[in-house]
Amino acid sequence: MDRDRCFEALARHVDCEIVVSAYQGAFAWLRIHPRELNCYSVGAMGLASSLGFGLALGRPDKRVIVLDGDGSLLMNLGSLVSIAAAAPRNFVHFVCENGVYESNGKHPIPGRGTVDFAGLARAAGYRHCHAFSDLAEFEAEIGSVLRGEGPVFVDLKIESGATQSVDYEYIYSRRLRDTFREALRRS
Amino acid sequence: MADSATSQTSSDQHDRLRGSAIIAAVKASGVGFVVSVPDITTSEGLLRPLASDPALTLVRICKEDEGVAICLGLAYCGKRALLLIQNTGFLDSINALRGIAVEYGEPICLMVGLLGRDRDRLPSQSRRLGIRIVEPILDAMGIDHHLIESDADVALIQPAIEAAYARSRPLALLIGQIPEAA
Repeated sequence: MDRDRCFEALARHVDCEIVVSAYQGAFAWLRIHPRELNCYSVGAMGLASSLGFGLALGRPDKRVIVLDGDGSLLMNLGSLVSIAAAAPRNFVHFVCENGVYESNGKHPIPGRGTVDFAGLARAAGYRHCHAFSDLAEFEAEIGSVLRGEGPVFVDLKIESGATQSVDYEYIYSRRLRDTFREALRRS
Repeated sequence: MADSATSQTSSDQHDRLRGSAIIAAVKASGVGFVVSVPDITTSEGLLRPLASDPALTLVRICKEDEGVAICLGLAYCGKRALLLIQNTGFLDSINALRGIAVEYGEPICLMVGLLGRDRDRLPSQSRRLGIRIVEPILDAMGIDHHLIESDADVALIQPAIEAAYARSRPLALLIGQIPEAA
């Protein structure tokens, strides 16, 4: 699947949710669905899931959607267990599985093609785990997937995307974080 | 008798470190979440009583850098948190602290047990490398820190946490001896 098409399908279902996105997925999500309740996790690789977990704990009244990367998640696999143990009902965890470290030269991830991310999440204790490799199927099911009781895990099997323009200075900026913080306070 | 009592109190304050006093100071600071990987230094005096304290939510995590990001998420929500870890976990979390606490300028508050700290010398002069380098690393990163090794030092905790949130700066509270469980 193409990540942009997947994110466009997801965006049609995102309204008042918090969305945490990481690295290349963050730049794609920013381009496809810019909004104040987006939170960009680019300060330290691997921590998007944990940042989303903290948000889910702090705002149990709001659904939190994390758009993780496969390389990022591999750096923080323990977070699957920490999250499953706390079992936040408002937590939905996507991983964009393209098999490479896209931000760092597109080198393959360890276990590329063999590691089963949804299986890892299921074994960790996530309530609902899904894997999609067909866009039409994803588009048909994403609505009900998002309504599932968390923690929910969704493995999106995507192709490595075309090189996109990235502006780390902007996505890393205090202004963007303050905008998110203020939007969260108001919502 | 009065002098004796005063003297005893003074002596206690210099020698004892009561976990209950630390917990009271943490709660008085408005902290509602404790995020932790267990540390034998703080296991009985802090983590075990914290785990059963109805006023606090304990989040058990697998690795300390997770906690840095969890505390950021809570801070975004206006919730105060304490990351209770060991000095080894602090060392393992340096990049997360660099990216989130320092460069973002966020109030990530650490309470760090100094495992095997020599009681006869300052942490920065410890025989143990893992203790000796903690304060110089905090200084290099610009993270405010305080050594908590007696009841008298506990008074530093609430103002330090309040200042961290008021100024949106990270903070490290270094636990220099095993807190008493009572």
